[in-house]
Amino acid sequence: MSATAILVERPPPRARGWPRRRIVGYALVCLWIAFGLGIVSYLVFAWNAAFFAKYAPAYLQGLGVTLSLVAISMVVGAVMSVPVAYGRMSRNRILSGLAYCYVYFFRGTPLLVQTFLVYYGLGSFRPELQTIGLWDFFKDAFNCGVFAFALNTAAYQAEILRGAIESVPKGQWEGAASLGLHKLQTLRKIILPQALVVALRPYGNELILMVKASAIVAIITVYDLMGNAKLAFANSFDVQAYIWVALVYLVMVELLRHAIEWIERRITIHLKR
Amino acid sequence: MRIALRIALAASAALLTLSVAQAQEKTLRIGTEGAYPPFNNLTSDGKLVGFDIDIAQALCDQMKVKCTFVAQDWDGIIPALQAGKFDAIVASMSITPERKEKVDFTHKYYNTPSALAVPKDSTLKGVTKEDLAGKTVGVATTTTHFNYASKTYTDSTVKGYPSSPEEQADLANGRLDAIEDDIVVLQQWLDTPDGACCKILGQPSPQPVEIFGPGAGIAVRKGETDLVNKLNEAIDAIRANGKYKEINDKYFKFDVYGAES
Repeated sequence: MSATAILVERPPPRARGWPRRRIVGYALVCLWIAFGLGIVSYLVFAWNAAFFAKYAPAYLQGLGVTLSLVAISMVVGAVMSVPVAYGRMSRNRILSGLAYCYVYFFRGTPLLVQTFLVYYGLGSFRPELQTIGLWDFFKDAFNCGVFAFALNTAAYQAEILRGAIESVPKGQWEGAASLGLHKLQTLRKIILPQALVVALRPYGNELILMVKASAIVAIITVYDLMGNAKLAFANSFDVQAYIWVALVYLVMVELLRHAIEWIERRITIHLKR
Repeated sequence: MRIALRIALAASAALLTLSVAQAQEKTLRIGTEGAYPPFNNLTSDGKLVGFDIDIAQALCDQMKVKCTFVAQDWDGIIPALQAGKFDAIVASMSITPERKEKVDFTHKYYNTPSALAVPKDSTLKGVTKEDLAGKTVGVATTTTHFNYASKTYTDSTVKGYPSSPEEQADLANGRLDAIEDDIVVLQQWLDTPDGACCKILGQPSPQPVEIFGPGAGIAVRKGETDLVNKLNEAIDAIRANGKYKEINDKYFKFDVYGAES
């Protein structure tokens, strides 16, 4: 059995000469390289020290706003996702129905719409919000952004959490019960350590998506990275403003991706042969 | 001029002359915003209406060309012109030095002043930098009003909005102490139920030409002198033959053209 298995695993011999597939492949790679070189050469030729000196501080400041927006909403979202995930897994019809509706709404509508609803929609209920003392919070655009983003990411994170917990075999619960551990102990000491390994990748994806989606807050007057890029463009009419901001997002996403990969390598050592 | 840019420009110019040569025989495509009533606005059934649209139509009739209209977000309106999505911008675009670096302009076709609106119960007394110190002012970005506000009200928080309706909504919601915009646009909004919250506080003075420019002109791609000349002739013609006045009186009680230039 093992002999045939090894035979099957061996890759097919490399084709000789220039079959059509290889030509197309090389052509595509060349196209991408040309595209990348085009952008780089544009940036080199269009290098404008004055533009950089004028707007770089604003970009940095915007980067700070973007990072704190994403960090705060991810953490708040993570806290809020726990009861939602609990509701989704609950046998109580009402609880699970409510949690399902929450997740259904926030995953089924664009984040842009949710942000607009919070900012302009809640804004038109000022008298009511003032009487309950919440207007000071919602008056600020940054707070509105965090609120909308936290609600949105809580829905996604709840599903990640639920999926991860349900991926742990039922036998683990039963085994723990037979050892006399109560439910919370089982969850904390046995289930979650295994579930979070599964959840790491989806969490990483969600974080990356949030970093990119955070550009939305620029239209509700938050001067995040994108907001400052729009401002730089408005003052200069120079497309560079957007190319630089794209590069900053690219670097951020790339750093996050590598960080997540590094963590995954560390926490899955026991699974490697 | 830098090499990459020059090659790109040469290539696009070649393409453009081709497409414009074709377009001028058939139709002239006019780009406008559609969120700036009464100058240009999208009706609920998706039609573009307003002073800009009527003027553009009158100019096309004068030049004896067929025109089509394209709605385009304000932020991207100059790039869209450069990308050839339309041939001219008739969208109340103020003629400014920064924009002149990217596009060519006709003469002005109207010039109205900038003004500030505030909630009716506002305690603000005037529109100077000192009056607005510590206050929050809303303005649509990529506009002359925004440039003026961010240069003048340096002791205030200046918030940038994608277009006028958003800044108006936020003034009505109470997030802003004042908004700055074209006086005609503000007045139009104040006359609607949504604008009942607010009133005009006053006009900044002076309104420097370096910032506000000589007025609103029609923008075309750089180097299309022929089209600029034709449009200028057409503007002079409709001013002379009474068509301009007819459109003006449909929308306004005063002459929005401003002083003769």
